[in-house]
Amino acid sequence: MKIAIPVDEKSLASNVCVSFGRAPYFLIYDTETKESIFLDNGAAASTGGAGIRAAQMIADNKVNILLTPRLGENAADVLKSAEIEIYKTATASAKDNIDAFIAGKLLLLNEIHSGFHGHGGK
Amino acid sequence: MKIAVLSGKGGTGKTLVSVNLAAAAKISTYIDCDVEEPNGHLFFKPKDIIEEEISVNIPKVDGNLCSGCRRCVEFCKFNALAYIKDKLIVFEDICHFCGGCILLCPEKALTEKEKVVGRVQKGTSEQVTVYTGILNPGEPSGIPIIKKLLDENEHERDKTVFIDCPPGSACIVMESIKDADYCILVAEPTLFGVHNLNMVYELVKLFNKPFGVVLNKCLDGENPSEKFCLEKNIQILSRIPFDNELGTLNSNAEIAVRKSKRYRMIFYFLLEAVKKEVHHEATSDS
Repeated sequence: MKIAIPVDEKSLASNVCVSFGRAPYFLIYDTETKESIFLDNGAAASTGGAGIRAAQMIADNKVNILLTPRLGENAADVLKSAEIEIYKTATASAKDNIDAFIAGKLLLLNEIHSGFHGHGGK
Repeated sequence: MKIAVLSGKGGTGKTLVSVNLAAAAKISTYIDCDVEEPNGHLFFKPKDIIEEEISVNIPKVDGNLCSGCRRCVEFCKFNALAYIKDKLIVFEDICHFCGGCILLCPEKALTEKEKVVGRVQKGTSEQVTVYTGILNPGEPSGIPIIKKLLDENEHERDKTVFIDCPPGSACIVMESIKDADYCILVAEPTLFGVHNLNMVYELVKLFNKPFGVVLNKCLDGENPSEKFCLEKNIQILSRIPFDNELGTLNSNAEIAVRKSKRYRMIFYFLLEAVKKEVHHEATSDS
């Protein structure tokens, strides 16, 4: 199973990034091989629709689970189409959130915001 | 003669200047290009309104034809397309209707679909023809509405047209001033005002438009925008005072030119100054 987390730095000890679409990197953690890789988020500098592009990248990397503090509705649409489950992070490092998820301590993210930029949101 | 009125931010006095100039010119056309929040109509209260919906073409996907090559997804600068589980998803609210994805699709799986983004109203107030562009909330771009507003007026070239621009200096303002013969920059007497004036000053220079400045909300004492104009050798067309009478008229949605003798004179002189400038430009060009 592959878990994705938006992170501020390329480290397991990194904070979880407050933004999904504009996070600088994504940590992809494989629970079977216990390997982690960091992806540069090419969407971070987009003029618009960053969440859509970031979600496309997450889906393309065959991720099963996303851990994020928040998520916009367009990104959520993409991730739901890709059947990726979305859980809400707690205020801790990326590694702590992975451990908390595996221990069954994270809850499903059920508040989806409508986007910040005057487009894409209703 | 087309006169565009612009400023680097909202609330500077674009609508005040353009509405009153159109009223001072008596027989004229006023076009509200501030399509995100048009307010000139609040002053003119136009009658006999004719309304027309404005549509754009966005992509529609035929899933049976789509081969999943993703050329459209990679092309879209606005990230309005995603390809998930062998299915192309179009985000209509994100699409800026450039049509590029439709052109690129090798399978012809994308076709055009009409989407209404707003409307244009035409009415009259005394002898002023009043056009108002209204963009639906949430739409990414008002440019199709501005294009329609300005195209409508192509056949009325003999009339004096006043274009009330959106604030700032982005694409939507460029579209509004593109065909203007002259630009009036409205500026506030603050340091922030100078910063905003500089933005539109650079824009009109880039577009090689003749222009002048109206100093609005003038108080006694130093006016940083006036200083900016003097330093850059920019023509100051008029000084409008920061005045209780004008503020009251404006907040009651009255047109100062139609209610106050004093302001009738101020805007009449401004109109004459602008006409002289445009005439001067026309003769020095030929």
